Amino acid sequence: MTTLPINAAAAARARDAHDDALIRAVKVCKHFELPGSRSIFTVLEDINLAVKSGEIVALLGRSGSGKSTLLRILAGLIPASSGDIFSSGRRLTGPNPDVAMVFQSFALLPWLTVQQNVELGLEAVGVPMKERRARALKAIDMVGLDGFESAYPKELSGGMRQRVGFARAFVKQPKVLFMDEPFSALDVLTAENLRSEISDLWERGDFPAQSVLIVTHNIEEAVYLADRVIVLGANPGRVRGEVMIDLPRPRNRGARRFKDLVDGIYIVMTNPDRDLTAAMTGIPPRRETPYSPLPHATAGGISGLLELLYERPELRDLPEVSSSLQLSTDDLLPIVDAAVMLGLAEVRQGDITLTDAGRAFAIADIQTSKDIFRAQVLERVPTVKMIYTTLKGKPNRSMRAGFFLDILDEHFPREEAQHQFETAVDWGRYAELFEYDRSEDRLFLPVEASELTD
Amino acid sequence: MIRLTFPTRETLRRLPFTSADVAVVLGALALIVVTAYVGSTALVPFQPPEVLPEPISLDVVHLPYYLARSTLRMFIALFFSLLFTFTYGYVAAHSPRAERVLIPLLDILQSVPVLGFLSVTITLFIALFRGSLLGLEAASIFAIFTSQVWNMTFSFYQSLRTIPREQQEMARMFRLPRWQYFTKVEVPNSMIGLTWNTMMSFGGGWFFVAASEAISVLNQDYRLPGIGAYVTEAADQQDVGALVAAIVAMGIMIVLVDQLVWRPIIAWAQKFRNEQSEASEMPTSWVLNLWRAARLPSLISEALRPASEFINRALSGTLSPKPRQRLSGRGGAQRWVEWVYNSLIAALVAGSAFVLIRFILSEVGLIEVGNAFMLGLITMARVAVLTVVGTLIWVPIGVAIGFNPRLARLIQPVAQFLSAFPANFLFPFVTVALIATGISLDVGSILLMSLGAQWYILFNAIAGAQTIPSDLREMAANMGLRGWKLWRRLIIPGIFSAWVTGGVTAAGGAWNASIVAEVVSWGDTHLVATGLGAYIARATEVGDWPRIALGVAVMSLFVVAINRLFWRRLYVLAESKYVL
Repeated sequence: MTTLPINAAAAARARDAHDDALIRAVKVCKHFELPGSRSIFTVLEDINLAVKSGEIVALLGRSGSGKSTLLRILAGLIPASSGDIFSSGRRLTGPNPDVAMVFQSFALLPWLTVQQNVELGLEAVGVPMKERRARALKAIDMVGLDGFESAYPKELSGGMRQRVGFARAFVKQPKVLFMDEPFSALDVLTAENLRSEISDLWERGDFPAQSVLIVTHNIEEAVYLADRVIVLGANPGRVRGEVMIDLPRPRNRGARRFKDLVDGIYIVMTNPDRDLTAAMTGIPPRRETPYSPLPHATAGGISGLLELLYERPELRDLPEVSSSLQLSTDDLLPIVDAAVMLGLAEVRQGDITLTDAGRAFAIADIQTSKDIFRAQVLERVPTVKMIYTTLKGKPNRSMRAGFFLDILDEHFPREEAQHQFETAVDWGRYAELFEYDRSEDRLFLPVEASELTD
Repeated sequence: MIRLTFPTRETLRRLPFTSADVAVVLGALALIVVTAYVGSTALVPFQPPEVLPEPISLDVVHLPYYLARSTLRMFIALFFSLLFTFTYGYVAAHSPRAERVLIPLLDILQSVPVLGFLSVTITLFIALFRGSLLGLEAASIFAIFTSQVWNMTFSFYQSLRTIPREQQEMARMFRLPRWQYFTKVEVPNSMIGLTWNTMMSFGGGWFFVAASEAISVLNQDYRLPGIGAYVTEAADQQDVGALVAAIVAMGIMIVLVDQLVWRPIIAWAQKFRNEQSEASEMPTSWVLNLWRAARLPSLISEALRPASEFINRALSGTLSPKPRQRLSGRGGAQRWVEWVYNSLIAALVAGSAFVLIRFILSEVGLIEVGNAFMLGLITMARVAVLTVVGTLIWVPIGVAIGFNPRLARLIQPVAQFLSAFPANFLFPFVTVALIATGISLDVGSILLMSLGAQWYILFNAIAGAQTIPSDLREMAANMGLRGWKLWRRLIIPGIFSAWVTGGVTAAGGAWNASIVAEVVSWGDTHLVATGLGAYIARATEVGDWPRIALGVAVMSLFVVAINRLFWRRLYVLAESKYVL
């Protein structure tokens, strides 16, 4: 196992008794003895982490990562096999008094009304009846359940029941609010609704807890809610590393960076061997990929630019080119990049010039220019070449588009993979390397193309 | 509170009495008066053999009084049963050390024939309450108690052990004190099972109230004012009219108790269901509706609220914090304590077994032991025949009823009524028939035992058939399953678990009933069958302690052995293979 820097740092800081963390786990391990045999099953291995004041931390892991077990150890509900939990600097020996938990299954008592359920935790610590009632009403109000105080849980929908669960936790005003997959027992829409309300409450600044620790297997949920995502590995559960989510709140799922973060974590989680810190640095990620990203330019656009440059040799300055083409720089640059990538043009210090191949392309008739384009593409664009050779290798010379999309998906974020595919298809078609039937969503080789290179 | 000084018409109408309130108040008053009157008459002088209570009068006018006396006994026993249930079950569920002793003990106590004990307890209680009828009273109540309490305790213990994990975690997370955990989590979780078992126990209790009110111990006939003694007296005097009157009165009382006590409690207890969704068909009760419509109960509970709040907080304070926590590992010292504890228990068990065996052997000898075992085998054969025949007759009927929801709703309460009805009220009629036809009691006692026991098979069959999902039945019809194939593939697996429950209850009831069913009389004609029940009954009559001990021990041994070797295996099968 690779030890990530954070572990060493956390362990070092834990030795310092006066630390600022609300909750800290130091070298926590958990194993169970398997019944029957003498062997031991390790659930958690050497967990070091901390929850500081004012942050939302997500524990993200797949099944088998022991994330719920870890939460329960931090809550003092089950003992760790070794290692220590510190809550506000004190070593934990029983249920953590600084914590209130929201349960996946709500854990409401069906024979108590909403009000009584919410009051339960206050009653436990001997809060007088009047104060209890007032505080409960406030919490119920906060989660938007006013009017339902005397309802029984079975009269409520799943989403409303979880609101009671939140109110019950809120009313205790814990230092850290624990959430154990709080939205996963709800349907998608209800979960989304409740999630954004909790997020709003946090952003408003009067959240009834200093910090939140949420256990989830849902990457989007973690990125949406958390300031910090701790990624757990499975079998045995261990900390693989953490990702800072520095997105501004309120968070927008459609934002590019949001997606990049989700995609980055997704890749890490689907590849158990991948190093997290490496994968997440420099998002948008510059990954080592055989398929260097294609600039989003059509073959027609490239050919137009080349012809213009040939006809007007005095045009070299890129801003000048863009103004004479009446294109914004943002629109021109992908075309220039594409021409450079294909080895048809060169850019030096803001000046663009044609290469020999570029000049030949510009003066040739349509069929010859396509031949040149084809040669350049096959030599310099791995994505198109990969598609072409794959098709050639198939006895029926065709393949469904989804296959290539899946390959690209592994190297690019979802939407980007789609763009890459479209560009590759455009270039390949222009080069007459393959054809694409959109209605059947299949790529196939034209008859003559298969003979051409043989 | 100014508004109360000059109530408007509106508030007058809303305050605090409605017709429902009148009914509730009158009902409560009537209950108090009757209880006080009946209870006070229990304190009459009694110094056997010189001063005996008035003989039982067969005049029908006295019947309600006798019935009330018996019913009072039932409720007093029920009170003690609940008290015992909560303490014993709680301790067993919370102390692993106590659990290891209490639960096997409960298992054995459940199998001991209650009536076999009666002679011991009567002698004990008469000595305890010298000079008053309270001794007999207490002995009778104790008999009812022992017949009711075990399965209630077991049900409570089971509920405490199976509290949903998330509720346990929630309680610890929110640091509920013991008292609060008990009242808000543990008792509510046990409510459904406990009310059902209490109702069943109460129904079974009528049999023992009838059997324990008139008993012969040490050649002395004891009669306690009550409906059981009335029936025995009527049989002695061969008064058929009085018998019929007693049966009718008993039937009315069972229906009354069901309507006034059990229905409301069952309907009320529905709120303790752990399912988060509303059941489609909820039991209802007119008494509960009346109670809820009345304002007085809620006003009183509102007024008492500060007091209950005070009590709750006081109890939470004294009983908390609760050390349910087991975060620390076990030390070596603790293991040593464990070992000493275990050996102590083993020594205790071995010691008492040794004393019992020595007592029996020195007083009666090995041959007598062998004899008792032979008699046990005979009674066991009767129980087996009863179970098999009862199954063959009642299971098909029960399934037919259960498959017809309308019929089931009609018949289910009737079957429950019949199981609650004390079968010993009917014994005299069967006895007459046996005398008339000349059939030996050796065979006839099977019929007597089944009078009470068979109904458990019937209504469990009904309940089992109701749990078979209708889409499975439709599937079977669609597949063309019919006749034996339908039974083999769907019905038998579907009702198996319910049948096991019914069978084990019926068999247990039959063992108990054998003590009164293998010896019967009509006037001066006494019929005796060969069997362990008759053996115990005879020993009780003459006060032969060693033989009572032997008989009871052998019968307990039989019941425990059959439960372990036969019923438990079927239970395991039912729970692993035939789970719907």
